[in-house]
Amino acid sequence: MSVALYRIDDRLIHGQVVVGWGQPLGLGFVALVDEAVRASEWEQELYRMGVPASVEVRFLGVDEAVAEVGAWEADPRTGIVLTGDIATMAALCAGAPAVRRVNVGGIHYRPGRTERLRFIFLSDEEAAALRALAARGVAVEAQDVPTAAPVPLEAFA
Amino acid sequence: MSEAVRGVVMAHADLAAGLVGAVRAIAGHDGGLAGLSNTGCDRAALARRLEDAAGDGPVLVFTDLAGGSCAAVAAAVARGRPAMRVVSGVNLGMLLDFVFHREEPLDAAAARAVASGRDAVREVGG
Repeated sequence: MSVALYRIDDRLIHGQVVVGWGQPLGLGFVALVDEAVRASEWEQELYRMGVPASVEVRFLGVDEAVAEVGAWEADPRTGIVLTGDIATMAALCAGAPAVRRVNVGGIHYRPGRTERLRFIFLSDEEAAALRALAARGVAVEAQDVPTAAPVPLEAFA
Repeated sequence: MSEAVRGVVMAHADLAAGLVGAVRAIAGHDGGLAGLSNTGCDRAALARRLEDAAGDGPVLVFTDLAGGSCAAVAAAVARGRPAMRVVSGVNLGMLLDFVFHREEPLDAAAARAVASGRDAVREVGG
């Protein structure tokens, strides 16, 4: 089944991922690409907490993830690859051209960001980074849960 | 007697406000429960929301989904606060029991919440 979703979500592994996407997809593995969580055992425990035992959870840095994309795409299970920010996903895409589609699932308000969609707030620089990703041939769309309609990049960045 | 434990309910969408309102309707008071939503928050903003509501005394945080953002953030905040404990799976029975037993020590209150919450889940009728 390979990777169903390369997702940017600043809440990382949470309800929408595990339940909202995980249930209908029949999720087999989650790969969280985040240098800080990769270095923190207690945070890894935290994120494992609500994931069913049948779902493998892996924590990786960007370089490790780049090396794994080929295996994930060939994996018979269905997977979700998560990053907490645009820069990390852009680095993953740069290193792994097999990533052809990116889901923007949740980027919340911070000072300097403006609301683009109910669940997406971006600074001008972040919007430009998403457009740059698209310019490299990656399909970028926003969708928080699978029952919502995907929103094309042009509508929010 | 211990200092009364403060209860903070932190949950998805409008659930916390609904639960606190239901406690008020049934008990006649809400026992000082604060209700927080994760709507519109990343993890840092949600942590600030919890810190603001928690105060300085003993706090029990009731979260909804183990593994959801509320539980993850609350557990992270509690790492730096010995007087904060976190439970998941909040339900109305758990909260109603809590508001009448806030004088218990924090550890006992947390254990009691888990037990009362479990006890509130059962098949009825039939």
